[in-house]
Amino acid sequence: MMKRIENFWHSPALRKGWGKRSVIGIPYIFLILFFSLPFLIVFKLSISDTEGIRFKDLFDYIDGVAILRVRVSNYLFLMTDSLYVYTYWYSIKLAALNTVICLIVGYPFAYFMARAPATWRPTLLMLVTLPFWTSYLLRVYAWKGLLDDNGVINNFLIWAHVIDSPIKMMYTSFSMMVGLVYTYLPFMILPLYSTLVKMNLTLLEAASDLGARPLTTFWLITVPLSKAGIIAGSMLVFIPSLGEYVIPELLGGPETQMIGRTLWNEFFSNNDWTMASAVAVSMVVLILIPLAVFNKYQADSGAAKGT
Amino acid sequence: MQPSGFAQENGMNDASYLRIHRLSKEFDSVAAVDDVTVDIRKGEIFALLGSSGCGKSTLLRMLAGFETPTSGSINLGGVEISAMPPYERPINMMFQSYALFPHMTVWENIAFGLKRQKLDKRKVADQVEQMLALVQLKPYAKRKPHQLSGGQQQRVALARSLALEPRLLLLDEPLGALDRKLREQTQFELKNIIKKVGVTCVMVTHDQEEAMTMADRIAIMSSGAIKQVGTPQEIYETPNCRFVADFIGNVNLFQGTLVEDQPDHCVIETPHGKLYVGHGISGALGMTLCAALRPENIVLQREAPADRRHNCVQGKIKESAYFGASSGYRVILDSGLQLQVTIPSTERHSDMLERGASVFAVWRDTSLMVLTQ
Repeated sequence: MMKRIENFWHSPALRKGWGKRSVIGIPYIFLILFFSLPFLIVFKLSISDTEGIRFKDLFDYIDGVAILRVRVSNYLFLMTDSLYVYTYWYSIKLAALNTVICLIVGYPFAYFMARAPATWRPTLLMLVTLPFWTSYLLRVYAWKGLLDDNGVINNFLIWAHVIDSPIKMMYTSFSMMVGLVYTYLPFMILPLYSTLVKMNLTLLEAASDLGARPLTTFWLITVPLSKAGIIAGSMLVFIPSLGEYVIPELLGGPETQMIGRTLWNEFFSNNDWTMASAVAVSMVVLILIPLAVFNKYQADSGAAKGT
Repeated sequence: MQPSGFAQENGMNDASYLRIHRLSKEFDSVAAVDDVTVDIRKGEIFALLGSSGCGKSTLLRMLAGFETPTSGSINLGGVEISAMPPYERPINMMFQSYALFPHMTVWENIAFGLKRQKLDKRKVADQVEQMLALVQLKPYAKRKPHQLSGGQQQRVALARSLALEPRLLLLDEPLGALDRKLREQTQFELKNIIKKVGVTCVMVTHDQEEAMTMADRIAIMSSGAIKQVGTPQEIYETPNCRFVADFIGNVNLFQGTLVEDQPDHCVIETPHGKLYVGHGISGALGMTLCAALRPENIVLQREAPADRRHNCVQGKIKESAYFGASSGYRVILDSGLQLQVTIPSTERHSDMLERGASVFAVWRDTSLMVLTQ
């Protein structure tokens, strides 16, 4: 009996299984500990009733009656209150606008990087990732020095007698947009580059051979074949910019109400933790939708290629 | 369907439908194509044959418009096209790896060029249907390229390049991506379709069997230049230089000097004996030249022939190999030269010559090809 148990534990199949499982298990455990668990806590807070500053338990058991107490008022308030609806809508619009601008600016970048001589490409790639070498906060803050009323740009324009008085750029939606595009551009360029650089250039010759002019070839061949990169880049820009807090706070004007900022206010100014949690949970749900679309597309294209 | 410049080509000289004149292409001052002049007839299949790096692909890409010639001209049906971009040339190419658009169906791939011509939808659909019928792929119209076999992809590529009814069809290693068995079968299919459509065709290949099966005429290329142009038979039976004789098929070469030259025969003195050639070459006595002999034109026999003066050498079997339809031998001559001999199995009469056997190799005086360069 002992012998058999020993054999069982030392059987190669099991050991192999354990090795595999522990490798896969590490990210699972990480996600459970640092994502699922905190999220559940936040979710619990968002539906908890409060008594002063104390949270009431979700479950009660009084005289043989089990009571599940779920407070939905926060969510109802989120959906009905015009300020919150506006904030969400504004954030989505801004994130979408940022994504579109990053795509328009980033596509030519990625295109010329991918078509540059192979010896230049590592250098160009490094230049795109170079900003990551300094703190994101510092880089955003540095825009202040450029866009301020007596910042570099205004001073130069006044010096060159283009304008008489400084143009108001700082603390407007313009300065915020500049900051957002500047920060998120590399996340658009990198996935686009990686799909464009892998493209079979013979296909472009074939299109040209069949009578397509360069612009037609671009729209009918290059763009459709870089769809995976466009979608990946858009997700990488859209999702984090939806919840962006630092850039609107540092560069945005008073009128910019983004979710991240509202969240901060609820937590630290109003001390309304249940409301803040509800805001956070809604935001995750909001992000999950584009992510699900993305995953579905990836699964579809994967299936189509037979991989 | 084609640009207007090509409308009036009737009365053009059919023998020089495509004129390539003194065409050169240099990459970093190294000539990939070096002063090539060749005329291609209307409706013929013309093969550029050569080993890799001989410039055949560069020549083809210049015809398609993907490379700009350094100098020279390309004239198609009376119109100079060397400065035209590829999308304006009435020329279509079938690419080596087919270059089918992976995000489009078979139908859309074939329709791609037609749609660029701004034809109405009915016409596009009709033409695509016709092309699908031509290559027998009607049931596959809705499939994407990756759902097709290699042979089917090749047919889609052919249909796509024929859909625009080009003046000139270019084939870049048309069968290179297929496995051997399929290739043999496809060679004839491809040739039949091209002949049925009647399009003038220039193909590039490194496979001499492919070139000889498909082409009406072959140009042998080496280091950027054309060495010889001719029908497959001319190329094989009357090569004009050592390179061509050696490149096409197997050959035995004898170096020697001309010692007798008459209108009906000549004699070449070589270290391996006198070679008797059944035609005159009108050369200078004493000149150095080369006689080439195909392995299948040699007969091996154990007994000496009655007349041993000419075209009979003695040697020993060094190696033998049985190929099924034929047998190959290497005979080492008394002079040290190694002779390749191929004997068809039908003539062997089950008498396999054993290694080390002493044999006489004889051939007819008409089998020798005299090469002066």
